[in-house]
Amino acid sequence: MSEIRLIINGIKVKANRGATVLEAAQAAGIYIPTLCADPDLEPYGSCRLCVVEIEGMRGLPTACTTPATDNMVVHTETPAVNEVRRTVIDLLIADHPMDCLTCRKNQQCELQKVAAYLGITERRFPRTNRSFPVDTTNPFFDLDRNYCILCAKCVRTCHEVTGVGAIDLAYRGYTAKVATFGDKPFMESICKSCGECVVRCPVAALVPKETRQPTREVLTTCPYCGVGCQMYLGIRDGEIISVRGDRDNQVNMGRLCVKGRFGATEFIHHPERLSSPLVRRNGEFAEVSWEEALDEVAARLRRYQPEEIAILSSAKCTNEENYLLQKLGRAVLGTHNIDHCARLCHSPSVAGLATTFGSGAMTNSIGDIKDAACIFAIGTNTTEAHPVIGFEMKKAVRRGTKLIVANPREIELVRHADIWLRQRPGSDVALLMGMCRVIVDEGLFDAAFIAERCENFDALKSSLQAFDLDFVSRITGVPQEQIVAAARLYATSRPAAIFYAMGITQHSHGTDNVIATANLAMLTGNVGKPGSGINPLRGQNNVQGACDMGALPNVYPGYQAVTSEAVKEKFEAGWGCSLPPTKPGLAVTDVFEAAYNGQIKAMYIMGENPILSEPQAKHAEEALRRLEFLVVQDIFLSETARLAHIVLPGVTFAEKDGTFTNTERRVQRVRRAIAPIGNAKPDWWIICQIGKKMGSQGFNFAGPSQIMDEIARLTPSYGGISYRRLEKGGLQWPCPTKEHPGTPILHTQAFTRGKGQFMPLEFKPSMELPDDEYPLLLTTGRSLFHFHTGTMSRKVKGLNVFRGEELVEINPQDAEALGIADGDTVKVVSRRGEVTAKARLTQASPVGVVFMTFHFAESPTNQLTNPALDPVARIPELKVCAVRVEKNGSSG
Amino acid sequence: MNFTQIKNRAIAEWEAQRKSDKPHILVGSATCGRAAGAGPVLEAIKATLAQHNLEATITQVGCIGLCYAEPLVDIVKPGRPRISYGNVTPEIIPQLIEDYLIHDNPRADLALGTLGEGDIEGIPKLFELPMLKPQVRIALRNCGIIDPENINQYIANGGYSGLERALSLSPEAVIEEIKKSGLRGRGGAGFPTGLKWEFCRKSPGTIKYIICNADEGDPGAFMDRSLLEGDPHAVLEGMLIGAYAIGATEGYIYVRAEYPLAIQRLKLALQQMAEYGLLGDNILGSNLSLHLKIKEGAGAFVCGEETAMMASIEGKRGMPRSRPPFPAQSGLWGKPTNINNVETWANVSAIMQRGADWYSSYGSEKSKGTKTFALAGKINRTGLIEVPMGISLEKIVYDIGGGIPGGKRFKAVQTGGPSGGCLPASQLNLPVDYESLTAAGSIMGSGGMVVMDEDTCIVDVARYFLSFTQAESCGKCVPCRLGTKQMLDMLENICRGQGKPEDIDLLLELSQRVKAGSLCALGGTAPNPVLTTIRYFREEYEAHIKEKRCPALACTELISYYILPDKCQGCGICLRDCPAEAIAGGKRMVHVIDQDKCIKCGTCLDVCPERFGAVVKVSGEEIEVPKEPVPVAAAKPNTQA
Repeated sequence: MSEIRLIINGIKVKANRGATVLEAAQAAGIYIPTLCADPDLEPYGSCRLCVVEIEGMRGLPTACTTPATDNMVVHTETPAVNEVRRTVIDLLIADHPMDCLTCRKNQQCELQKVAAYLGITERRFPRTNRSFPVDTTNPFFDLDRNYCILCAKCVRTCHEVTGVGAIDLAYRGYTAKVATFGDKPFMESICKSCGECVVRCPVAALVPKETRQPTREVLTTCPYCGVGCQMYLGIRDGEIISVRGDRDNQVNMGRLCVKGRFGATEFIHHPERLSSPLVRRNGEFAEVSWEEALDEVAARLRRYQPEEIAILSSAKCTNEENYLLQKLGRAVLGTHNIDHCARLCHSPSVAGLATTFGSGAMTNSIGDIKDAACIFAIGTNTTEAHPVIGFEMKKAVRRGTKLIVANPREIELVRHADIWLRQRPGSDVALLMGMCRVIVDEGLFDAAFIAERCENFDALKSSLQAFDLDFVSRITGVPQEQIVAAARLYATSRPAAIFYAMGITQHSHGTDNVIATANLAMLTGNVGKPGSGINPLRGQNNVQGACDMGALPNVYPGYQAVTSEAVKEKFEAGWGCSLPPTKPGLAVTDVFEAAYNGQIKAMYIMGENPILSEPQAKHAEEALRRLEFLVVQDIFLSETARLAHIVLPGVTFAEKDGTFTNTERRVQRVRRAIAPIGNAKPDWWIICQIGKKMGSQGFNFAGPSQIMDEIARLTPSYGGISYRRLEKGGLQWPCPTKEHPGTPILHTQAFTRGKGQFMPLEFKPSMELPDDEYPLLLTTGRSLFHFHTGTMSRKVKGLNVFRGEELVEINPQDAEALGIADGDTVKVVSRRGEVTAKARLTQASPVGVVFMTFHFAESPTNQLTNPALDPVARIPELKVCAVRVEKNGSSG
Repeated sequence: MNFTQIKNRAIAEWEAQRKSDKPHILVGSATCGRAAGAGPVLEAIKATLAQHNLEATITQVGCIGLCYAEPLVDIVKPGRPRISYGNVTPEIIPQLIEDYLIHDNPRADLALGTLGEGDIEGIPKLFELPMLKPQVRIALRNCGIIDPENINQYIANGGYSGLERALSLSPEAVIEEIKKSGLRGRGGAGFPTGLKWEFCRKSPGTIKYIICNADEGDPGAFMDRSLLEGDPHAVLEGMLIGAYAIGATEGYIYVRAEYPLAIQRLKLALQQMAEYGLLGDNILGSNLSLHLKIKEGAGAFVCGEETAMMASIEGKRGMPRSRPPFPAQSGLWGKPTNINNVETWANVSAIMQRGADWYSSYGSEKSKGTKTFALAGKINRTGLIEVPMGISLEKIVYDIGGGIPGGKRFKAVQTGGPSGGCLPASQLNLPVDYESLTAAGSIMGSGGMVVMDEDTCIVDVARYFLSFTQAESCGKCVPCRLGTKQMLDMLENICRGQGKPEDIDLLLELSQRVKAGSLCALGGTAPNPVLTTIRYFREEYEAHIKEKRCPALACTELISYYILPDKCQGCGICLRDCPAEAIAGGKRMVHVIDQDKCIKCGTCLDVCPERFGAVVKVSGEEIEVPKEPVPVAAAKPNTQA
């Protein structure tokens, strides 16, 4: 970016070309008062405080809207300028309650600051009187229009930053005010309660209900989804009272969603937190000392053969903890039977992308979204499951990026899409291969990229023969012209990025789905470039890291195969012990089967709740009941923990140090903000104690930093990562050396496996489709307001206000046929179980499809889902099964 | 059909009608005519013709501008000039038709004037009337003359020949022609039109937009409505010429939804243009393509501001934004955009039809051509006028408008609507052009012209205009939203007699700050009525503030009604009619108004028999009257010997 020079108040300053006069002044340290300018928002020019005089320009232009130009001469403090500024503040003060000392924004108020800057000491004009009732309906913040100065930062935020558009200015003249659609209370609007508006409100109009100021703040990583937002926890007297987004990072740049901003603290201090180890005595839990509990764990684990033990690690825990737990399993218990919930989410990504590209992670970065000319979002409800990435996508669309959404459901992104492909659940291979076919037929593929970087193109081409538009349209239910239009838009907009999530992976052909996306990206040369790529969005805060750390049955940390003798020898040398044979362990989905059958007798589960997350959950529960010994390490007495023999109280992200690796492979620090609650202990400490008690020398760590040093020694992709480096911000792996800056984009020069491999595919229908007995198709997903099985988010009162129970989303046409009205309690029945919940009639669900989340223990949706597995990735088909819906009380 | 064929056919049709042996009756059926009762008049005409078994062609035409004389009916008998009849009622019609069409009595007593060649005894030439004589009709050239719903009549009168000529020139040459004509934006700001076009033409981009601003919002202004209702093609031809000159392919007509007849006629006009190949791709076989859409405004005054209008077209809340970037650089949907007002577009077509030299022969040095005004208020002949720039206000008020009714004194004239200023009698010799009006503290504006007489309170006028701009402020910027609110509060206080001595200076100060600090022209001009009224009528403000007196006897809270005991005859009429039951009295008793109960409606004054003249309205003074009713005689000392 070239520089320009201008003179502000006689001082020569430099500015980037394209900067506004305000930005140029700010960069030069020259203060210009403003109440409506915000670096995240488009220039607006409403408060008129930043007026300046510019030589050669008429009147008093606003610095925030005027582009700085070369040789411009600006005066920011002339009498004319200050007269207008004083009048603006005089007018605002006359229209503002003057209760500064008792105001919730006292000392945080920007109006106060500007008034002080201008030296205003009295109210000049008579008080203009307005009286608005305060909107207190939102559980997290209030809207008090009596304080509003109508800078519209909130409105602009809601449109420009989050793309929600829940509020706008309404009415005219003096009656103008911020309002939701139809001027209804916040809770009756489409507001998603992200609080971005609250953050930007310069006065006390939008204020959080909790307004105490913290004593100190600690920078850490959000514990919810895989976006990995950086945030400051505010601490006061041992309590976490505030959360604010960190602006100075490349992940969220200050933004947070409702869960991160308002739902990440309440569960930490929840009275139901486990605060003492529990041991089952005569069927009842008894509180015991750590010494007693750990001794018993060690003693009882010793009784089992390696093949009788399985470990379930946790995508919620830190890298260091996952590393330690797989080390405990492999080095101490002698088993590769270690897995975690990634099996249920992105195992096909790992498998499918390993086959085609050589490594299975998001190829590009969140920061790349803005560079994409086209985004193809398939099988991802991004705005609900990865809200901040959803913000970024909508922002890109606002700035001209084309958006193709493929989703059976009318998700929020559809509203922003150029093309919406409403494919039938389970028909993605056909859809994606159909698009490939159009691109090949119309010659829209990147021949040079294919020739230079890929192989096996001919095999793909011949397999495309089966995917003529007729066939594809029939299978997917998408009109042919839409498929063609989407293919053309994706192929001709460069760069184009594919984003996907569980809608692609949670199928019995999930790996094929992933491969199909890879085929499409390679075909158009959309790999290895900014704004392109295949971007699987990881669900859990550290599911990427748990995989990286080898909490998988087939790989050691860094995806080093357990089947390799050399790798085994490397880790034997590194850990100073002998390791189990070069045969992969059992995947979690197979572990439950083995436990059910009695082959697995003991399990160690850290921070997971399979009773709600496994498919055919009743079966999983029975499997756990049949275990001889179950240890659960968790922060709450979860549904799973209730079945344990010993429960070890771990701590939340706020009570320990560590690292999480986000969806874009960025390793980021988690920092201890408060001491562990009660007698709970950091999970890494607990694992170390068990390791030591079982006689291992490999668990003498003073803290997570030392653990990371060991990880770096043995994990090439983490080789250059240390806590010292992470102090300056996250690092994206591969980061092999201390000097390596990290890797924002994978496969830039060559694919990890050398050449990108096209894979021929055939369409395979889902394992269980609707029939006469079970005529509807159930697909599952997530709500913005809860996370996974709700262990954390259900403990937050405000989130439950938004969504307090399961809702069976059903198309009104289906509902009518079944005599179901909105809000009726219904029973959803599959071959594996039945679940009761309320019906919500919505066109968002296509005819013939019902939708449920799995956040609610009261309505355990996964008792219905189909455990049919993808043969490669061993992921169950959570997205498609056949059900029938009955109005409660009627017999079916 | 090529354009020559279209033109020939249109002329033939026009001539055929002119030479028809059937009488031709034209009814002024614009909104103004309809409001005055043109509908029933039309029905009466049809009924009368049927009754007498007469054949006549009936055409509904637009407004010729003589609002004071609506409804207007024109009758053309074969071989005779067209006669305009004013203030026609359905009751007069049977007699008029019978008299003229059957008995050949042109009824000079009902006629306003004649149009066209030839004379009729006893009837003056219409355009020789004082109302019309000083006028030069360029934008309104066809209004009231042709059938606005018949494109052929427009073409027969030279319509679309301006486009034809433009297409024979290069776009740059068209811009030169417009520049040479001296045409300036008729929306009010007066920016040179050719220059504006040139900026947009030179702005890089393949997609460009033109917009016709028909969001006429000034109170009392109806120039654009009349023009669109009376001659829509004059505007649309101008847009085609503009699109060609600028290189625009898409366009919008932003017209307020309160103008249903204008919208209806625009829609019809667009349809007719499309049928003649005057709209769409490759217009008249040229490389000009233009697609026009009508966007109905929802009644926000601020949407007449260019950037707010574009936001509104884009489906956003209509709020202005800062410039730069100017619409010519980044306008509608970020593309180069040129917006001109209805009247400007109508002038463009005339300029291209008849040439820049012809056009610039009218007007003053820096303000060329003509300007339309909606003449309203306390004036004898209200109406829509078009005058050459540079004409004096006096000529407009007295010659065209016929002066003030009821023998009242002229007090002020407001030009430029709520953004303009109030000019006093001392400014009556002011030439009407952009520079002179601005120097006097007012603006040209889009053409509202409200005349006030001595009964108009000047503070109340300022209050009224400010209440309008305050209510219509979009609320975006602080000076406009809150500054006008403070000013309005002050003016309301002054009108209520609660003004403080420092208020005048505070008003002046706030006015300057609001002008300097506001984002758009709405706030930038909103204080003009306040500034000019203080400038020219400061003593009236002072009377309100210091003496609690409204010299015009208009501010309700500063006036009182009294019944003069020496004149009251105790007739009881006022007592009976007083809606507030504030009058006490009895037969042959002097009536007394209870000042606490009086709502100052003035009914007592209105109903008191003229021969008594017992009720007076005063301000700033108290009149000694009895507290209770007293016998009439007792109150009349020494009246009878």
